[in-house]
Amino acid sequence: MPKRTDIKKIMIIGSGPIVIGQACEFDYSGSQAAKALKEEGYEVVLVNSNPATIMTDPGLADRTYIEPIEPGTVARIIARERPDALLPTLGGQTGLNTAVALAESGVLAEYGVELIGASLEAIKKAESRDLFRNAMDNIGLKIPQSGICHTMDDVRDWGKRIPFPIIVRPAFTLGGTGGGVAYNQEDLEKISAVGLAASMKSEIMLERSVIGWKEFELEVMRDKADNCVIICSIENIDPMGVHTGDSITVAPAQTLTDDEYQMMRNAAIAIMREIGVETGGSNVQFAVNPADGEMFIIEMNPRVSRSSALASKATGFPIAKIAAKLAVGYTLDEIPNDITRETMASFEPSIDYCVVKIPRFTFEKFPGSEDYLTTAMKSVGEAMSIGRNFKEAMQKGLRSLEIGATGFSALTGVCESDREQVLADLRKPNSRRLFQVREAMRCGVSLEDIFDATWIDPWYLRQLKEIVDMEAVLAAFPKDKIAVANTECRELVLTAKQNGFSDPQIASLFGLGSSLEARKLRKDMGITPTYYLVDTCAAEFEAYTPYYYSTYETGKEIAPKAARKVVILGGGPNRIGQGIEFDYCCCHASYALREMGVESIMVNSNPETVSTDYDTSDRLYFEPLTFEDVLNIIEVEKPEGIIVQFGGQTPLNLAVPLLNAGVRILGTSPDSIDRAENRERFQAMLQKLGLRQPDNGTAFTAEDAAVIADKIGYPVVVRPSYVLGGRAMEIVYDRADLENYFKVAVVASGKHPILIDKFLVNAIEVDVDAVSDGTDTYVAGVMEHIEEAGIHSGDSACVLPPHSLDPALIAEIERQTVALAEELEVVGLMNIQFAVKDGDIYILEVNPRASRTSPFVSKATGVPLAKLATKVIMGGKLKEINPWAERKSGYYSVKESVFPFNRFPGVDVLLGPEMRSTGEVMGIDASVGLAFMKSQLGAGQVLPQSGTVFISVPDSAKDDILPAAQILSEVGFKIMATKGTAAYLAGKGIAVTPVMKVFEGRPHIVDHMKNREIGLVINLVSDKRTVRDSMIIRQTALLYGIPYTTTAAGAKAMAQAIREMDGIGLTVKSLQEYYGAN
Amino acid sequence: MKAILALEDGTLFHGHTFTGASAAGGEVIFNTGMTGYQEVLTDPSYTGQMVCMTYPHVGNYGINPDDMESAHIRVAGFIVKECCKEPSNWRSTMSLPDYLTGQGITGIEGIDTRALTRHLRLHGAMRGYISTDVSDPQRIVQAAKGLPSMEGLGLADRVCCDAPFTWNGTAMVPAKIVDGTYAWPGTGPKLVVFDMGIKWNILRLLTAQGFDMLVVPYTTSAEAVRKLGPDAIFLSPGPGDPAALTDLVHTTALLVNDYPLAGICLGHQLLGLALGGRTFKLKFGHHGLNHPVKDLETGRIEISSQNHGFCVDIESLSDVELTHVNLNDNTLEGFAHKKKPVIAIQYHPEAAPGPHDSRYFFTRFRKLVSRETGK
Repeated sequence: MPKRTDIKKIMIIGSGPIVIGQACEFDYSGSQAAKALKEEGYEVVLVNSNPATIMTDPGLADRTYIEPIEPGTVARIIARERPDALLPTLGGQTGLNTAVALAESGVLAEYGVELIGASLEAIKKAESRDLFRNAMDNIGLKIPQSGICHTMDDVRDWGKRIPFPIIVRPAFTLGGTGGGVAYNQEDLEKISAVGLAASMKSEIMLERSVIGWKEFELEVMRDKADNCVIICSIENIDPMGVHTGDSITVAPAQTLTDDEYQMMRNAAIAIMREIGVETGGSNVQFAVNPADGEMFIIEMNPRVSRSSALASKATGFPIAKIAAKLAVGYTLDEIPNDITRETMASFEPSIDYCVVKIPRFTFEKFPGSEDYLTTAMKSVGEAMSIGRNFKEAMQKGLRSLEIGATGFSALTGVCESDREQVLADLRKPNSRRLFQVREAMRCGVSLEDIFDATWIDPWYLRQLKEIVDMEAVLAAFPKDKIAVANTECRELVLTAKQNGFSDPQIASLFGLGSSLEARKLRKDMGITPTYYLVDTCAAEFEAYTPYYYSTYETGKEIAPKAARKVVILGGGPNRIGQGIEFDYCCCHASYALREMGVESIMVNSNPETVSTDYDTSDRLYFEPLTFEDVLNIIEVEKPEGIIVQFGGQTPLNLAVPLLNAGVRILGTSPDSIDRAENRERFQAMLQKLGLRQPDNGTAFTAEDAAVIADKIGYPVVVRPSYVLGGRAMEIVYDRADLENYFKVAVVASGKHPILIDKFLVNAIEVDVDAVSDGTDTYVAGVMEHIEEAGIHSGDSACVLPPHSLDPALIAEIERQTVALAEELEVVGLMNIQFAVKDGDIYILEVNPRASRTSPFVSKATGVPLAKLATKVIMGGKLKEINPWAERKSGYYSVKESVFPFNRFPGVDVLLGPEMRSTGEVMGIDASVGLAFMKSQLGAGQVLPQSGTVFISVPDSAKDDILPAAQILSEVGFKIMATKGTAAYLAGKGIAVTPVMKVFEGRPHIVDHMKNREIGLVINLVSDKRTVRDSMIIRQTALLYGIPYTTTAAGAKAMAQAIREMDGIGLTVKSLQEYYGAN
Repeated sequence: MKAILALEDGTLFHGHTFTGASAAGGEVIFNTGMTGYQEVLTDPSYTGQMVCMTYPHVGNYGINPDDMESAHIRVAGFIVKECCKEPSNWRSTMSLPDYLTGQGITGIEGIDTRALTRHLRLHGAMRGYISTDVSDPQRIVQAAKGLPSMEGLGLADRVCCDAPFTWNGTAMVPAKIVDGTYAWPGTGPKLVVFDMGIKWNILRLLTAQGFDMLVVPYTTSAEAVRKLGPDAIFLSPGPGDPAALTDLVHTTALLVNDYPLAGICLGHQLLGLALGGRTFKLKFGHHGLNHPVKDLETGRIEISSQNHGFCVDIESLSDVELTHVNLNDNTLEGFAHKKKPVIAIQYHPEAAPGPHDSRYFFTRFRKLVSRETGK
C-alpha cells in the first residue's frame, strides 16, 4: 500500500521537559518521525515545550511550536494550523495523554483532525485497566488477578479479595508514579490514597503481586495490512517488583526456550490485534513464574516507549522512523532496511551480541528519600553496552555508568560485611543491588541463597560469579610471570578482555602501578579490540550502516577512511546536571562537521539519545566514555582531533589524560579549561583583568575552611571542585554547619579540594553564553535569572533578554565576557555566571565549554551555538560566519526548570545550590510576563487567574514579598496568610485572612489546600525550624498539584505574569514566525 | 579441551570443545535463530552439517524432553561462541554439553562465530572439520577437504525410519502392515507421510488436523503406497541434495496425478523436481527464524522458520502457481499446482524452532484434502 495522499499536514506532539520516566528517548523518536514524514513530503507541525531537543530545531519541522504541552494550548495550535492528522504515539505518555484529551474534548473532531497510528479506542483499551483486562480475557491471555478502584471503599473491598502482597498501579501516570507494593492493609490504604491522587482519572488498579517472577518485554510493530514483527525481546535481570526503567535489562531474552518465546510472541501479536493498534510500535510486558512457566500479561504501551528506544539501539532497527512511515500507510515490506539496503523492514532483527542496559540513579541528590526500588520509576538515566557475551556487555555497562566502577569488581580482598546484613540488603531492591550481589559473592554466600533473596535468575548469577571467579584467577596469577612473552599470561589477559575486564581492573588485580601499565602490557601482547557492526541480521547480509561496538574477537569489519575526521565525545548516561542539553550540542557538532565535509565520529553510551542514532554521525561507536575505550577508538580511527567541549563534564574529565596520551584536543585547550577550573589560576586571571569575584578560598580540611570562612564572613557557599550540577554544594551559615559539611563532601570531591565563596545575599544572577574563535567573541545570550543567586543556575528560571538590568550593566557584562574569552583563548563555547549586587558585577564561574543553556540560547536567538562553535573549532572565523547578522530578537524567552520531587516522597521541594531539576521548558512571548506564564504552564504549574493565594514568609523576607502580594491583591485574589505574614500585609493595607499553621489547630492551611480552596502557594523559609514546620505545606502542594513558589523573586514573576494575563489569554506562535521566516 | 575448526579453504578457527576429545566433520552452515538450539540439534535436515549458531550464548535453558524434533541429535557438529554448562529453565532436565557428550557429538566453543559467519556469507557454505588433535592444523584442513560435497549428496537414507510407524501424540509407534495393507484405525482422512527426515512437530500438527497418519520410509514404492489406500500424501523435509533422490522423484511423479499432495522443504523440492522443475544450491542457505515470506494469495507477510541449502528454480516450473516468495532474496518459498491438488512450501510452517505465523499451511492442506476426498 502506498502512502496516503489524502493527508498533507501532520502534527506531532513531543513529550515536553525531561522528567523521570520520560527522557531524551522521545526526542529521538519525535525527531526520527519528523524527519521520516518530511522525507515523504508531508508538512509537519511540531509541538514541544523543551528547547533542548533536536526535534524543536526549526529546520526539522515546517512549523515548530515551543509552547506548553497541554490540551488548551495544543488546541489553539490546531485551530491555527489545521493539520489533517495527529500522530500521538511518538511523544511518550505526555503526547498520548494530550492527544486523548483533545480527542475526548471534541477538538479533533471540530477541526477534522484524524488520529493516525493509534485510534482513541485503541489507546483507551490499552491504558484503561478495566478495558485492558476485558481485552485480554477475549483472547484467552491471563493477567494477574486485579480490581479497579476509584475510591478508598473500592480499595478496602478489593483488598479483601486479592491476597497480599498487592501491587497498587495508578492509571494515567508517568512511570507508575504513585504506585507501590502493599504487604498489609495499612500499606494498602496509604499507597492507594497516593495513587488515586496521582492518577489523572482517579483510577488505580490493585493487582495480585507477581514479585519475583521473571520479567520480559517484547517490542512489536504492526502495519495497516496486519503484518506483525517483533523487533526485540528484552529480559529484566531485576525480576518483577522493580519498574522496568529501574531494572538492569538484557537483550535478547536469555532464558526462554524457543517454544516459550514463541508463546510470548504469539501473545504480543494477538494483543496488538485485540487492542487495535493499527500501525506502529508497541511494547508488551510479561511476567513468567520461574517455577512453572505460567505467563501473565502485565501491560501494553500502544506507543513508542523507552524500551522501544532501547530496542532500536540494541538491534539497529529504527522503530520510531518506521512507525511514522507505517502511520501514513506504508506496509513493512515497502520500507527498506537502511542497514542492509537489500532487504526490507518486514523482518525480525537477529543479533549476534548481548546488550545490557543499566539505570543510573541519583538518590544522593534527594536526602530524605529512601533508596528503595519499586514499581514507580526512580532512575534518571541509563547506559547501554554491547558485548559479544553477557559478561563483556555487563562490565562495559558498569563502566559506562560513570559511577566510579571500573567493572563488576568494585571490591577485592576479604569479606568484611556481616553475612546476614548482606542478605537483608539483597532482599530489598535498591540502586546498589548489583554491587551487593558482588559483595555477597565475595562473602561466600551461595548462589542459591542470593537467588532466594533477589529472585535474580540463576543464569545471571552464574555469569556474574564467573566474573568474580575470573578476578580470583587474575589476582592469583604469579606476579613474576606477568610478562609480554608469557603465553599463559597473554591467554589470561585475552580471556579477561573478552569478558569485559577493563585495563584499570586488570592493573589492580595484577598489582600493576597504573592502568596505563596494563594498557601497555596488553598492547605489547597484541591484544587490542576489534569493532563489530550492529547490523540487524547477525552478519547474514552485508551491512552499510556504520554503527560499531568494541570486542576482543578475531574479525575485522572496520576500514577507517583516510578522510578528514573528528571524534566527538558524548555525555554518557543522563544524570541531574548533565542531560539532553549536552546531547543536543553533540548532535549539532556532528551536523556541523558533516556540513563542512569532515567525517564525524560519535562516541556515546546513552541509548536514549539522538546522538546514538545511526544516521546522526558518519560513524557511531556505542562505547563507554572512559579513557581506555575512547583511546582505543582514536587509535583505530586516527582522527585529526577530538572535541570534548560539548558532552558536559564526562568528556572534559577525559581531556587531560587523552592529551597526555598524545591526542589532539580541538578547540579551547585543556590548559585554558584548567585556568578556569583551578581556583588559584582563575583568581590570578581575574586580578590580571581587573574583574571581581566574591571573596573566597580553597581548603582541603575543615580547619582550613573554618579559617577562610571566618576571614570572608558567613554565609559562605562551599562545594567540591570539578563537579557538575552543584553536587554537594551548600550555603553554610555557621561553623557547625561547615564542619558537618566536610564530613560528607570530601567523598563527593575525591582528591580535589573544597571551594569556599562568600555568599552574596539577594544578588541577581546572570548567565552568559558566548562563542569565541580566539580573536572575536560572539556574546550569544545574556540571561537574567528569576531566582536570586544561591539557587543553582540549573534550577533557576531565567529570562532572555534581561528584563530588569540596566543597559550599561549589560554592556559591562558583555565586555567582561569578551575579556575573559580573549584571556582564556577560548575557541568554541563558553559560559559565565555573574552575580549582580548593588550595581557591582561579580564573576561566579567561567566554564569554557558548552553549558546547559546552550540549546535554550540557540532557540531563543535563532543562532545554533554548538554548530557555530564547531565551525569555529574547525578554523572558521566569526567575522566571516557573522552570527550577529543571524540573531533574532523582538520577543522574550523564559526557561523554567522541572523537578522530580513527585518521585521522591518525603523530600523537600525547597531550591538550593545543589541542582535537582531533571529538565527544562521554554516559554516564548512578546512580553516577559506572558513568556513566564507559558514557562510555568509548560512546567505543569497552572497559575490561577483568580481565587485564593496562600502566603507564608519569615520576617526577614516580608518586605521582599510585598510587591507580589500587592499585585495579586490588585487583580482580585483573596489572600490567606499565616499570623505574622497576615499582620504584616494588613499593616500595608492589603486585605488578608489569617489562617492557622498546621501545629496551631484546625482547620489549618493544609486542610484548606486539600479542600482545593487554595490556587497558589507562596512559601518562603529562613532557618531549619521554619523549613521543618512548613514542609507539610509544600508536600501537599506537590501532591495536589497546586502551583507554588519558594522564592520572593519567583512570587513576583508569577504575580506579574498573572496580571499581564488578566483578560488576554495566551496566544501561540511558531518559532519560524518568531524568527521572521514566514 | 583445545580444538580447531578447519574449513576446506584452509581457514582455521581456534576454540575449545565442551564435549571432550573428539572429532567431527560436515558442511559448515550458520543459523541466525536466537532461540531453538535443541530443535536444531534434533532436526534430521541438519544431517551431515555442522551448525554454527550466530547468537553467542547457547545452552542457557538446557535441554528438555518436550522440545525434541526427532529421537536424537542429528547435526554432525555444533559450533558456538559460548556454551552454558549450568542451564536455567523450569523445564530443563539436562545441560547442553551433557546432551551432546552423551550422544558422542562434538561441540566447540570459543569460536568467533561472527567471523565464521561472515566468511561463510562471503565464500559460501563449505566443508569443515573439528579436531582436538591440534598439533597439525593442516591435517584437519585435509580432513575437511576429504569430506563429500553436499551437492549431489543424498542423505535421507541416514535419517529415514526403518519401518512404517504412527504417531500417538507424543511418540512413534510401529505400525502393523500385513501383506502391504494397513488397518487405518481412525476416521480422519488417511495420510501417508514419506519420511526423508520428518520433524516431530509436523506429526503433531498433522495429527491436530485430524489426519489418520501412517509414516513410511521414503523408499516405499508408488505401488506399495497405493496398496495402503491413502486419501492423501505428504512429503517430509529432510537433508541433502533433492536431485540425488531420483527414485523418490520418480515415485512422486507417479503419485502426483492421483492424490492430494503436500510437501515441506525437501518435500517441496521433490515436488518441484517431479513436476519437471530444477533445483539449485544456495550459496550459504537459509537457516534462521526471521526471514519474511509473502503469501501471494493473501498478501500477508509471515516471519518464517527457514532451513534449506537447496532451492527450486522459479523459472523451471510450469503449470504451477507461485504461492510464497522470500522477500529478502525473492527466491521461491511455495507453490501450488494449477490443476492438481498439490501444494508445497519451502520453509517450515511447523516452526520448532521459529515463529508460528505459517501454521495455516496445515489447515490449508487439510481443507484441500477435504475438498478432494469429501473427508
